[in-house]
Amino acid sequence: MSETTLLQVKNLHTSFFTDAGEVQAVNGISFNLDRGKVLGIVGESGSGKSVTAYSLMRILTDPGRVTEGEVLFKGEDVLKYSEQKMHSFRGSRISMIFQDPMTSLNPVYTVGNQLREAIKIHTNRNPKQVRERALEMLQLVGVNEPEKRLKQYPYELSGGMRQRVMIAMALACEPDVLIADEPTTALDVTIQAQILELMQDLQKKMGMSIIMITHDLGVIADICDEIIVMYAGRVCERGTADEIFYNPCHEYTKGLIRSIPKFGARHEKLVPIAGSPVDLLNLPAGCAFASRCDCAMKICLTEHPEEIRMNDKHIAACWMNVKKVYDEAKEGEKQ
Amino acid sequence: MSNYTADKIPKKKLLSLQLDLSKFERATDAEKEQHETMRESTTFFRDGMHKLFKNPLAVISMIVLVLIIATIIVAPMIVPYKYSEMITIDGRRDKTAKNLAPLTYSVNEQKAIAAGQEIFPHIFGTDELCRDYFIRVVYGARVSLSVGFFASLIVLIIGLLYGSIAGYAGGRTDLIMMRIVDVIYSLPDVLMVILLSVVLDQVLGTSLQGTALAALGSNMISLFIVFGLLYWVGMARLVRGQILQIKTNEYVLAARAMGAKPSRIIRKHILPNCMSVIIISTALQIPSAIFTESFLSFIGLGVQAPMPSLGSLANAARQALQAYPYKLFFPAIGICLIVLSFNLLGDGLRDAFDPKLRR
Amino acid sequence: MSQTPLVDVRHLKEYFSVKSDMLTKLQLKAVDDVSFTIEKGETLGLVGESGCGKTTVGRTLLRLYKPTAGEFYFDGNLITDDNIAKYRKDMQIVFQDPYSSLNPRMTMGDIVGEPLDIHHLYSSKAERRDKIAQLLQLVGLNSEHARRYAHEFSGGQRQRVGIARALAVNPRFIVCDEPVSALDVSIQAQIINTFEELQEKLGITYLFIAHDLLVVQHMSRRIAVMYLGKIVEIAPADEIIYHPSHPYTKSLISAIPLPDPNAARERHRIILEGDVPSPLHMPKGCPFRSRCRYATAECAEQCPELKEIASGHQVACYHPQG
Repeated sequence: MSETTLLQVKNLHTSFFTDAGEVQAVNGISFNLDRGKVLGIVGESGSGKSVTAYSLMRILTDPGRVTEGEVLFKGEDVLKYSEQKMHSFRGSRISMIFQDPMTSLNPVYTVGNQLREAIKIHTNRNPKQVRERALEMLQLVGVNEPEKRLKQYPYELSGGMRQRVMIAMALACEPDVLIADEPTTALDVTIQAQILELMQDLQKKMGMSIIMITHDLGVIADICDEIIVMYAGRVCERGTADEIFYNPCHEYTKGLIRSIPKFGARHEKLVPIAGSPVDLLNLPAGCAFASRCDCAMKICLTEHPEEIRMNDKHIAACWMNVKKVYDEAKEGEKQ
Repeated sequence: MSNYTADKIPKKKLLSLQLDLSKFERATDAEKEQHETMRESTTFFRDGMHKLFKNPLAVISMIVLVLIIATIIVAPMIVPYKYSEMITIDGRRDKTAKNLAPLTYSVNEQKAIAAGQEIFPHIFGTDELCRDYFIRVVYGARVSLSVGFFASLIVLIIGLLYGSIAGYAGGRTDLIMMRIVDVIYSLPDVLMVILLSVVLDQVLGTSLQGTALAALGSNMISLFIVFGLLYWVGMARLVRGQILQIKTNEYVLAARAMGAKPSRIIRKHILPNCMSVIIISTALQIPSAIFTESFLSFIGLGVQAPMPSLGSLANAARQALQAYPYKLFFPAIGICLIVLSFNLLGDGLRDAFDPKLRR
Repeated sequence: MSQTPLVDVRHLKEYFSVKSDMLTKLQLKAVDDVSFTIEKGETLGLVGESGCGKTTVGRTLLRLYKPTAGEFYFDGNLITDDNIAKYRKDMQIVFQDPYSSLNPRMTMGDIVGEPLDIHHLYSSKAERRDKIAQLLQLVGLNSEHARRYAHEFSGGQRQRVGIARALAVNPRFIVCDEPVSALDVSIQAQIINTFEELQEKLGITYLFIAHDLLVVQHMSRRIAVMYLGKIVEIAPADEIIYHPSHPYTKSLISAIPLPDPNAARERHRIILEGDVPSPLHMPKGCPFRSRCRYATAECAEQCPELKEIASGHQVACYHPQG
């Protein structure tokens, strides 16, 4: 583990034990997060990306449970922390912002109250210092008229403003890692652009690492250094943004990229991915994507593909890559 | 798109893996279809029933209720006594059969048994008028359950009609109808029952004699009337709330866009979707009605003697509490069991069927 | 093309009365003087952010809300409260949320068959069953799905049922109210393709309402951009994408996240300052001036009208950008 690796997730498994059976939401994902980097986790609904984040922060609700794996933060396994230690860990070393700013802020408390609470819990400042810090944070995130805002209630603020307040709360204790769970999905496009710019700005200023969880490939392409593509609770591919978009090595990623409408390519028909998202209650053997994959082979239905290193910046878990190598080798032999 | 080139895969490493090449043939469509299985189809109803039966308290309550109802139906066929019948031996009133303890026989009865007669045991003993207590309790339960059931039915019908009209019509109609509900809600129910039973008694008086309703007595009639007048408001509010909520769903808009008339929309789209909530509410209304009836009987405003109800039995037992505690025990247990079972069943139904609580 | 357009909307207004406190009533001008036309077989895309009124336009056209003012001519005929019942078979709507647009107590077959029931479009039960099967197959579903209930299906499949339901009466015009916004990316492509195939096969005219410009520009021949109840720009799709003229359209285009790292790095985003003003307290003049870097005194006086600046390209702005 290098000096700059902040977070190491090893073989994480999380399941929900519901009335209908075990929903295997996360099935063995591993990744590293380096200091100062932005990691994007992209996937559709049911891919397990949000559940991964919740597992890292250990805020899974019943009936969800982490069943296997380790989460090493600066070498220590977070999953083994006592509740006491978790309290001081959450919010101050790793913090999180959520998708819907309307429901993630408590409507009966003022903005100032909630922001000060975040500061009070983790630091030892006196009330005056707490208030100063709160104002500082609001200015940092670009909220205009911060004194006025402190006294306002969430419903008085717009969606973009509320999300800024959420970011202020999350960053108040200068965490090492910020997890952003679909932070701009509920916002309009122009506001989304504002918030993404803000996050990039803050990241440069404060040097924290960000885990950006989203289903929007456009958002990912914009701000992420490294990207993980998830499907059915497993990692399909992991690589830099350039690698993933210009050299996708997993059929799912290729399918996703082919199926988004692009600017100016109006007359090209979209190539959708056939079928429907996988049922997490009945995970099939082998590769979960196989039944929707055009190139599926017999081995895909029976054995789960291993993670193959494509180059030093790219890992993919798809049997097609192995096949390609063999085909090329055969071509070579023929000639 | 760009002149980005990726480094090549280290071929040697992969070639050295021992792999079975036949596995790399394309999978057929049939194989792919088998790969994914669709869960078996269940309707909302079956799903809910499944959940209901997993809830131990709900299942116990259902068993208890079924047993009680079975007893009520079967007991009068087995036990030879009638609820108003005073014990007789060989046609003559048996005065010694007063206030017998459970499962004991009176002096005269013992003599008769010794003489060879077969006398059905008094499972709960007898009361101060020499009537078999068991059958009286069974009848009392019957009366209480019927009252509870019919009162709830009245509440359901009136509340459903009123609430659906208010909810669907909206606007001023809704406003006026709901203000009426507010006024009615604030009237004191017990006071109304008392007043009404006094008034009805005087007004109807003798005109009821000889009709089927006479057996119930004017008190019961006034009870039903008061239920019809006052208690439906809770249900009306609930139904209206449900309808307001369902109206916002897009499938209602879709039906309007198709050209469906309001009656069709209410019938096919709105009512079926609030049924589960209404049924749950009704299930919880029954014990409340039974309790109210018991309470009224307890204070003497319930069924007319000699018809028993659990509440009136409890009232009668109150006076003799010190000497014959069992007389209060049986009807009280009866009320508790019935009310508790319905409440638990209602809770279970809500947990199983209320869409908002689904996980 | 001198044919009458299939859809001709003139000066449509939809105002809602909202109580701001006990005594004052405010007007929410959801749709404020909107006019556009759609030719037969064409798709007009309607984009804008939340609160711009695009959903209200769609629903008002189908008279799910009663319009405050304005006229809607369908194939040359003025639609009024009296004759709307006749035209219900010609215009239909597909909704955004696949979860609340289907009645959870009805089977899929019944949902698709309801329009057939209401308008008596069959003479026997067998015919009804056949028609339902045909409709389900038309949208890419299996006819045996007719027996199942909505909760057994995924969002994409439910949306297909919504489309099948809209198609049951053979409409000539369908309002698509954000039909793919609630779906996963991979499913969106399936549904978009389904819409396009149906248009090719059956010649249906669409009003495609969405907030995702990438999807809209793919589907539409022309695009109208709305802001706070008004159309600020309307032009062929390529024009809107490559030569946006209204400052709002320009910043909208520049804010779209592009799934292409190089393009994203090279692009210059025009970040709009501030937030959208409340539609209850609209400022006088151009609704966009509070966030516009080119605003002048003129913009505060009067709201600009739509003016043609190039063939088929109209902008409502005193300072249209090149």
